[in-house]
Amino acid sequence: MHKPEPDKFKIPVGPQHPALKEPEGFSVALKGEKIMGLEIRLGYNHRGIEKACEERTYIQDLYLIERVCGICSHSHSTCFVQAVEEIAAVEVPKRALYIRTLIGELERVHSHLLWLGVAGHEIGFDTLLMYAWRDREIVMDLLALITGNRVNYGMNTIGGVRRDISKEQAEEVLKGINILEERTKYYIEIATQETTIIKRLSGVGIISHEDALKLDAVGPTARASGVNRDVRYNDPYAAYGEITFNVITDTHNDVYGRTLVRVKELMESYQIIRQCLKKIPDGPILTKVPRKIPIGEATSRYEAPRGEDVHYVKSNGSEKPERVKIRAPTLANIQAVKHMLKDRFLADMPIVIAAIDPCFSCTDRSVSLENPGDRNKEIMTWHALRTYSIEWYKKQGIDFTELNNNLKNKLERR
Amino acid sequence: MIKALFSILIFPGFLFVSVFGLFAEFFDRKIYARLQNRVGPPWFQTFADFIKLLAKEDIVPCEANPRMFGLAPIFALASVITVFLYIPLWKTETLFSFNGDIIMVLYLLTVPTLAFFIGGWYSTSLFARIGSVRCVTQLFAYEVPLFMSILAAALLANSWSLVDIVIFYTRHPLYCLFNLIGFGISLIALLGKLEKTPFDIPEAETEIVAGAFTEYSGRLLAILRLTIDIEMVVGSALLVAVFFPFGLTLAPITGFVVFMAEIMFVIALLSLLRTVVARLRIDQMINFCWKYMVPLAIFQLLLNLTLKRILM
Repeated sequence: MHKPEPDKFKIPVGPQHPALKEPEGFSVALKGEKIMGLEIRLGYNHRGIEKACEERTYIQDLYLIERVCGICSHSHSTCFVQAVEEIAAVEVPKRALYIRTLIGELERVHSHLLWLGVAGHEIGFDTLLMYAWRDREIVMDLLALITGNRVNYGMNTIGGVRRDISKEQAEEVLKGINILEERTKYYIEIATQETTIIKRLSGVGIISHEDALKLDAVGPTARASGVNRDVRYNDPYAAYGEITFNVITDTHNDVYGRTLVRVKELMESYQIIRQCLKKIPDGPILTKVPRKIPIGEATSRYEAPRGEDVHYVKSNGSEKPERVKIRAPTLANIQAVKHMLKDRFLADMPIVIAAIDPCFSCTDRSVSLENPGDRNKEIMTWHALRTYSIEWYKKQGIDFTELNNNLKNKLERR
Repeated sequence: MIKALFSILIFPGFLFVSVFGLFAEFFDRKIYARLQNRVGPPWFQTFADFIKLLAKEDIVPCEANPRMFGLAPIFALASVITVFLYIPLWKTETLFSFNGDIIMVLYLLTVPTLAFFIGGWYSTSLFARIGSVRCVTQLFAYEVPLFMSILAAALLANSWSLVDIVIFYTRHPLYCLFNLIGFGISLIALLGKLEKTPFDIPEAETEIVAGAFTEYSGRLLAILRLTIDIEMVVGSALLVAVFFPFGLTLAPITGFVVFMAEIMFVIALLSLLRTVVARLRIDQMINFCWKYMVPLAIFQLLLNLTLKRILM
């Protein structure tokens, strides 16, 4: 380890750090307790799912895509299925759409409760973590009751859903939701009254309305800065078009606002679930879709608990997709984090990162360099890349040949 | 000679206070867990952890100063155990009492914090350095109200000796009520000394891993953890002795049991306090201490000075 500058530390938060639940690199330059600079490095968790999707059939892809994220698995699979259904021009039965909406909202409830616990832990309030995660068990049990799994529900299939929901199950869901509603009211009370929580959250991680729009923040992060955007409302999918609900926004612009948006969204979710169970029509839950999807392409949007999720699918007429592209909400929000941490304290860093509800494994990208001359050769060597850059600069009228030769001579003389 | 050795090594010295400290940690963790709707550890958990850590390898970082790194925990442990010899436990008498020992006790309780700073600083880890700087920064904030409120109680008793203070308050139990503000302040300051939420800033897990203790492992970590456990017991015992030393005039065994129960009561209060709050930031913590706690402590001092004039 080299000697640090006397008054400036550079602290590695990640890839392994207690504040982060997944590996991700944040390098923080500190002066005393103040953050002077932040570098974000993605890519510790890259799994190559998009590429793997191209080598599997649509049905196999469904199960792979569900594993993009452990928390919002239903969001990703629904988003993908919607794109495929659009290409194949399939009419999905109403009942299936309602069931998708129901699972989606239950998932939002469990994701937001999870976030509440994590946020509590990040500001050293472990009691909130224990309480929130205890109550989260209720909704996890409901999901297990309906789908058979606590995570990765495996409910979606192309043309509908795989399991129907019975009357008894619906009653159980309603019972669970009633308990959760009471608990959530209690959390809203805590969040708006407990002094230490308000002290730690308000004024932290500020991102103004303009910046939120400029940096393209999505989901609760954007809504807490007064950006009235919710795919469920603006571009209704599944059964959201037939359901009335409010888009929760807040003008605090800080972590406190994001907390309020999430706990209030929980209350909206309970209303949506109740409406779903009330309005759900009888009928089939699945339309048969041929294995081969016709040529075409489609983009699909879905409001995941963390924000807008976008999937792009291109079909070449076979039973495997030509290209699948996933834009998880965290990728849109991660740009805002750097902005939020400007001139803040080290102590605010965990909660500010946690406040966008990051899901790094969904977000991770890798970079591969293609040879522009020879498309067949996929990866350029270091030497080829260097030659290419020299050529490129020459075209711009900048020639480094002399400089390079001087440098070479200098090195040889040593 | 043998009697002195017995009291230093076995009762109420090293052995007793270690076992009591580990038990107190279990008690604190159990209450914390029950308040959070969890089951909590079994009674032997802390002992098992301690023995396991003793059996582990000590790793000293290459960059660290091995002497300072190794000595800091031992200094800390020695000073907190010494404190216990000056606190009356089963009768209104201590082993080595002298006029002014309350000042020494307070300073001996400061030594662990400084030792954590030195250990953390010399381990050269970035996290440990930030943690140790926070340790000392925090020290300047909570130490002043703690000293003021404890000395205010001593002022009313008109003595700098713990034994005399205990005798005074046993004779005039109602006078304890005057010190309620001071008790509250020292309880909160004790949370800072023990580095518990909301003042666990020096070892904030989600920010700087384990603060000053980041690089410690094996036996040295075991000693550090034991130090913190004993600090909790000793700090609570000091508060009991100064603010409500009842029961010490009873028969030795009963008096001892009552005193232990009172220590447990203070520890339970500490657990309760740390359950219901979130961790503050260091600047908020210092603001809180100087803006609210110090003025209250000064008020307590003035109150006791006035009372002394009236009552005596």
